Amino acid sequence: MSEIKTTVSVAAIQNGTVIDHIPCGQAFRLIQLLGLQDKHNKLTIGLNLPSRQLGLKDLLKIENHYLADAEASKITILAPQATINIIRQFVVEKITAALPTNISDVFICPNTACITHVEPVETIFSVAQHGKQVTLTCQYCEKSFDRNQMKVKV
Amino acid sequence: MINPFYQRDLISIGDLSLSDIECIMTTASQLKHKVMTPSIAGNVIAHCFFEPSTRTRLSFEAATLRLGGSVIGFASDDNISTKKGESLHDTVKVIGSYADLVIIRHPKEGAARLAAEATDKPVINAGDGGNQHPTQALIDLFTIQNCQKNMHGLSIALVGDLKYSRSMHSFVQIASLFDVRLFLVSPAHLSLPDYICDELKTKGIRFSYHEAIEEIINKVDIIYLNRIQKERLHAGYQAKNDSPFMLTLPILKQAKSSMRILDPLPRVGTTDPKIDDTPFAYYFEQAANGICIRQALLLLLLNQELPCQR
Repeated sequence: MSEIKTTVSVAAIQNGTVIDHIPCGQAFRLIQLLGLQDKHNKLTIGLNLPSRQLGLKDLLKIENHYLADAEASKITILAPQATINIIRQFVVEKITAALPTNISDVFICPNTACITHVEPVETIFSVAQHGKQVTLTCQYCEKSFDRNQMKVKV
Repeated sequence: MINPFYQRDLISIGDLSLSDIECIMTTASQLKHKVMTPSIAGNVIAHCFFEPSTRTRLSFEAATLRLGGSVIGFASDDNISTKKGESLHDTVKVIGSYADLVIIRHPKEGAARLAAEATDKPVINAGDGGNQHPTQALIDLFTIQNCQKNMHGLSIALVGDLKYSRSMHSFVQIASLFDVRLFLVSPAHLSLPDYICDELKTKGIRFSYHEAIEEIINKVDIIYLNRIQKERLHAGYQAKNDSPFMLTLPILKQAKSSMRILDPLPRVGTTDPKIDDTPFAYYFEQAANGICIRQALLLLLLNQELPCQR
């Protein structure tokens, strides 16, 4: 199946944000990352859609919500190849996002011995990229983790 | 001269530059050789030990008292309000309002960083879980510079539990600031964490993995032993981790005559006491050096002017 047919199978939106080319399996993590489960915007989720670029991809369409730069930046941690399009009256504007240098109160520290698991404190991770690998280092316990090890705080 | 350490925290070796470390070494050396007669009189130092300690706690207390400071604090969390559910943040914030400097040991990793955020007073990390023990690493460096003169060019074996030992983690980070060759001797399941090995690779430090002291004994200038950190192991692991590496006199026959043995102590299955009387044993000197390093840190963090002569 071509990518064009896939696009047609998911209805276009008039206003909002489309996050495309999400690595397969990451859509639900992005929903948590952006807190979309708590917003009341209409959300369309596409899973395991064929993609020339990725083989299979996920896709999110959020109606009437325009992703801020800081939110777009967060997405690059979990989905570095994702494309983010802001739609206003069917006119598409593509956002180019860069990795943030640090990220607060979004992820749980995977180190169970970390103080953040027992104290009421926001987690803070510094973010670094080495080639294709993105690592997050906990400001408190100083442990570094691959992005795929990270769990989003719910 | 303006003191760059004044009112700073010491949480992790990563917080220190090589120049900072040299300043601490110079101050400690002058204290050891009684070149200066310093004082922190009038300062109250809070010693907050949420986890058991012998050498670290008592050497910090001795250092405080020898400099004319006063000590408040506790040696366990049995009788303080964290037992009632008070957060570490609030506990340290309050203690910081009573003291001029806070020393903290805590079983959770990152607790010292959190403590430093809770108070405006300087905080020294005296060990946070399996993460960091920066003052021990400074003692180790000072001790090696005493017995081997120079850190550069040394071959150093790190032996034992490299996974959970905070002393090892901090030592590797401080050693990586110098041109050293590391031999990592441990059971596979207690090897140095990947994130530290990655740092070594980034810094270009040569290192290799080994499973027996005999493989490296004739190559090294320092053997740094470390007990199995049973308190940080899962219960099921303990049986197979009892004393996998015991240094004995027969093994030392192959060692260089200038080789020295370090151990942050307590030694639990690391060295045969018969080694104590050989020139190789340097762990008691290492423990004694705890006083001058910790005195140096208290002086540097509490004095606006640099206390050492540069």
